[in-house]
Amino acid sequence: MIVLVVLVVVVIVLVAGGVVLVRRARTKEHPGVEGEPEAPSRASAASTTEEIPTPTVEELERLLEAELEEPPADSAVVAEAEPEAAVEAVPEVIEKARLRDRLGRTRSAFAGAFGRMRGRKVDAETWDELEEALLLADVGMTTTSQLLDAVRTRAKETSATEPDEVIALVRDEVVALLDGDTTDRTLHVAGDELNVWLFVGVNGVGKTTTIGKLASQQVADGKRVVLAAADTFRAAAADQLALWAQRTGGEIVRSNQDGADPGSVVFDAMSAASSRHADLVLVDTAGRLHTKANLMEELKKLRRIVDRTPGACKEVLLVVDASTGQNGLVQAKQFADAVDVTGIVLTKLDGTAKGGIVLAIQSELGLPVKVVGVGEGVGDLIEFDSSEFASALFEGIDAG
Amino acid sequence: MFDSLSDRLEGIFAKVRNRGRLTERDVDEVSREIRLALLEADVNVRVVKAFIARVKERAVGQELSKALDPGQQFIKIVHDELVETLGGTTGKLTMSPKPPTVVLLAGLQGSGKTTAAGKLARLLKSQGLQPLLVGADLQRPAAVEQLRVLARRVDVPFYSDASDPVSVARNAMAEAGRLGRNIVIVDTAGRLQIDSELMDELRAIDAAVQPQNTLLVVDAMTGQEAVNVAEAFNETVGLDGVILTKIDGDARGGAALSVKEVVGKPILFAGTGEKLDEFEPFHPDRMAGRILGMGDVLTLIEKVESTFEEEEKRRAEEMLQSGRITLEDFLEQMQQVKRMGPLQNVLGMLPGMPKELRNAEIEDKEIAKIEAIIRSMTPEERRKPEVINGSRRLRISQGSGTSTSDVNNLLKQFKQVQQMMKGMPGAARKGKKGKKGKGPRLPVGGGLPGGIPGLSSR
Repeated sequence: MIVLVVLVVVVIVLVAGGVVLVRRARTKEHPGVEGEPEAPSRASAASTTEEIPTPTVEELERLLEAELEEPPADSAVVAEAEPEAAVEAVPEVIEKARLRDRLGRTRSAFAGAFGRMRGRKVDAETWDELEEALLLADVGMTTTSQLLDAVRTRAKETSATEPDEVIALVRDEVVALLDGDTTDRTLHVAGDELNVWLFVGVNGVGKTTTIGKLASQQVADGKRVVLAAADTFRAAAADQLALWAQRTGGEIVRSNQDGADPGSVVFDAMSAASSRHADLVLVDTAGRLHTKANLMEELKKLRRIVDRTPGACKEVLLVVDASTGQNGLVQAKQFADAVDVTGIVLTKLDGTAKGGIVLAIQSELGLPVKVVGVGEGVGDLIEFDSSEFASALFEGIDAG
Repeated sequence: MFDSLSDRLEGIFAKVRNRGRLTERDVDEVSREIRLALLEADVNVRVVKAFIARVKERAVGQELSKALDPGQQFIKIVHDELVETLGGTTGKLTMSPKPPTVVLLAGLQGSGKTTAAGKLARLLKSQGLQPLLVGADLQRPAAVEQLRVLARRVDVPFYSDASDPVSVARNAMAEAGRLGRNIVIVDTAGRLQIDSELMDELRAIDAAVQPQNTLLVVDAMTGQEAVNVAEAFNETVGLDGVILTKIDGDARGGAALSVKEVVGKPILFAGTGEKLDEFEPFHPDRMAGRILGMGDVLTLIEKVESTFEEEEKRRAEEMLQSGRITLEDFLEQMQQVKRMGPLQNVLGMLPGMPKELRNAEIEDKEIAKIEAIIRSMTPEERRKPEVINGSRRLRISQGSGTSTSDVNNLLKQFKQVQQMMKGMPGAARKGKKGKKGKGPRLPVGGGLPGGIPGLSSR
């Protein structure tokens, strides 16, 4: 509580001080800040304020509880794809892409940093180049230093002097980091019971697309899949998921209106799934920045609703965009704290982005990458292969 | 987790400040630390190199010789260099002399193009322009529908058809002429910069509509990849500017620096939240200030300005000047502060905030508890807490559902706060500088706005 009181006072002081500062600033020149005839930031702040007195979590939960006792008959609609259409839509076998092939797009540029290093003895510059390569892959300073320290030790032990040997050591070290003894990359589904996979992440990482692809694969596997469109915030997110449901022959549970309570969608999806004896519910949630406390509370609530069927929640998958920088680690930590993430889906790995941040996530939080997205096709969501990934970290990097 | 860039630089500069002079070796050491900090903030490795080289050159050069306070001088050098790199001024769209003006949005999947299109339309409309939103993303399922909904929400006409992206863009131009719209915003599908087919398509759209503003939409959380993306899009369509999205998160936004350095064109707008009006001109000076640990004071002030009523502001000021604060005032201020958003976010914008405080978990429950205690007091008790005796204390704790020790704690701390307030009368009159070094119990005293004179008023 001490902290709190001090904080509040600090803010008060700042408020008053800020007022004075603004007045002073106004009398001075302040182009670009106060000079705008239309101050959109002002408007934005004003609207933020309207949002603040949101009901507390408890209130929300009470509301929800009340709602759930008697779920309004038409709060959500279960749309089942036409059986015939469904049969047609299900591909017999989905041909999965191979990580190596996709990553191969940049393979031709393999010369890069390490090509230049070859034929030279390992020296200080080599280590600098290795460091730069890892940094360029978004591995981050902390993990990079740890990796290279380990490699230096190993290099001494094995008296490796050729760059090739050292590169191999780095690769081994990366694989060792990724493949711990307890690393479990399977997506869990138990037979004869309701399984739920919850998909979470910040905005724009590819949650809906991932669900669409996974649904196709699971349906092709003979599973009965229900998609829960619990992203009721983004315009047309449910439509996007509905199109996937149509394509895959899965069922979708969605709300009739935007901005509906995602909790009731999840609840309805769960009950629809159990009454239809579905095997798997894939829950799409709205993208949210991990810094927004109220949205993270909402996510916890969704998880609690899933947990009303004990043991149903088999996976909580954090979707991470391969181009994410160091903030990815912070994201993972916050989401893991909130909803107990079980694994990572690394998307958009078919570009030149290396997704090195998953190394930091694995090393600091022990969260394994379970699947990776390497293209737009349904078969482009594939199993993660640590040694392919480790090799790819250095490809296409031109340390010029 | 690791230190924020601000914390790091603050740590370094504290070191420099404590020394009298800045030697070349100091510059080297500081540069190394800045490199590390920038890397952790996702600035591209090569951009960091160039940046450091420039800072070094400026620092070791003539500026140092006449430095009175080398520490401050150095901060200023880095700050200026950051502002320069980020773009000196807030950019504006280029208007075509012959309407309609065309804005083309391009970028990777998930960077926020569609949302940015809707927000931009809203902003331009509020500036008196007549935008037309065009959905040329026929790739992602329901992307057109998403933009259609956004267009309806911001009350702007919308165009799309089912032909192909290039035709949609071309047809939209005719539609704009027919409807008499003077600015056309074209949303395109997200694409990887190495997808040559889609990059060709983008080039074709670009050729078809001849935009005055081809804007790259970049996620503030992007890592090293930002440079590759910016380079490729720039080569393909010749970028005129950048929109930085999702800066309301806690990513340090090094991508902004990388992209700016590569493209050389201004970052025009920034997406600051999920709502359609949370979109504003990009402020390079604020971004630089934030990076330098000066906090985002200007944004905070704007927030305060828009949240607090004139009357309330006057009272806050009076309260500060008189150095007297009652629990009533306290409660009221707390309500105001709550309206500004989660306390955590507000704190993040405060400069010089110690890390422990910035990262402190502030539970809403705790705030609610304090509120409950104060609300359980009579008006007299709120004004004169010293009248609270044992039985009153019991009543208050029962009324608020807390324990008497909670009440005691609050009263004790409030007393300290009062003393602190008395310790800094006139702070408001003198503005920020007067506060420096005062407030013995306030660890942030020295870091309040203007802790670095001469920079905050830029």
